[in-house]
Amino acid sequence: MNVRFAVLLAVVAVLSASPSFATNRDDAKSQVEFGIGVAERGLWREAIYRWEKAVELDPTYPAAFNDLAIGYEHEGQFDKARKAYEKALELDPNNSQIRQNYELFKEINDRTSQGKEKP
Amino acid sequence: MTGRVKGKRSRSLALGMLAAACAAITLACGTDYFEIPIETPIQPKHDVSAFQRVLVAGFVAGGTEDVDANQETVRLLRSQLRTKSSLKVIDADIMSLVEIAQDQNKAANAVGSADIDEPITDREGAPAAGAAVGSNASDHGTQPLPLPQRIKDEKDLEPYERLFANTAYWKKIGEEYQNPLIVTGTVLFTPRTASGFVQREQEVYDGFGRRRVVPVRTYMERKGFILRPKFVFIDGRTGATIYSESRREEILYNAQQDTPALSSYFELMDRIVPDFLGTLSNQKIRGTRVLLK
Repeated sequence: MNVRFAVLLAVVAVLSASPSFATNRDDAKSQVEFGIGVAERGLWREAIYRWEKAVELDPTYPAAFNDLAIGYEHEGQFDKARKAYEKALELDPNNSQIRQNYELFKEINDRTSQGKEKP
Repeated sequence: MTGRVKGKRSRSLALGMLAAACAAITLACGTDYFEIPIETPIQPKHDVSAFQRVLVAGFVAGGTEDVDANQETVRLLRSQLRTKSSLKVIDADIMSLVEIAQDQNKAANAVGSADIDEPITDREGAPAAGAAVGSNASDHGTQPLPLPQRIKDEKDLEPYERLFANTAYWKKIGEEYQNPLIVTGTVLFTPRTASGFVQREQEVYDGFGRRRVVPVRTYMERKGFILRPKFVFIDGRTGATIYSESRREEILYNAQQDTPALSSYFELMDRIVPDFLGTLSNQKIRGTRVLLK
């Protein structure tokens, strides 16, 4: 009975640690999920709005910054996209999917700015 | 006995709960991902909104004689601009800029030797390409660089560059076609041979018959082509160069492979055309990205 109680206590403690953080992350997560849903239907501006809300709610949420960067990239807002990718990588430097997205983004950016000469 | 059973049951219940809690945490923290196609819009590198029409005039071309790089480049760029830009493409005879530059150079030299200070004009009254350079050169007591008849490399191409700086000449061309955007430049398409070590993949089977692919370095003779275009964009209203862009692409094949020069030319142009179009009009690059939860 004691063991059972201790385990239950431990689980509750883990799940309820930093309640405000958990709530913010949960809220941000639902914004991110909603954003993904609308992006898949081609509603990119709505998706960006949701992802912007998500990063406001939880500025430590790498996935939200990654998705926001993709949204900005799709809309041609490259400066904002770069900053969002960099923030996502700062928060989760070992995430290979974010890194791959960022590399693809950089490749396009570099390609379009190479070989320019002034008359 | 009952106590031991009770203890066992409570331990397994505790383990079950722990596993459930772990699963819940994993579910909560696990990153789901969604691959999504995106179209990245690329703004034109240069604002050409002032022009409704474009004249792909011609190119100073050199290199291999197997491909007429002037004709092929003009044809290809015109067809690409027709389908992938909002500019109206002017259908005009392809200009042979090598001949034009040589004619103008002769005129400039003649004037230089006669030591005449009056402005030089060609047959149609437009200032000759070499005129400005010629008079400028005579100011410094030198003749303009001679133009090689046959263009084999970049060094041969260099003296032709002054043709693009002759604003009066290009302004006259612009007037003739109602002030379009003029696309011109140089194209060098040269054969290339190379030998050295290349890395290729080779299948190997181990003692258990398992297939593996391993990188192997082998010495190979290779041949192919280099394509070096320089696109010069000229404002037909003023004759001034507004932008220029150079590219270099190379392709090499196994020496035994017999690839026609023209197909290599198109293969290399395929890599260059998207950037060229991106200079003049909005383009979209298709790709996929991974959205994360």
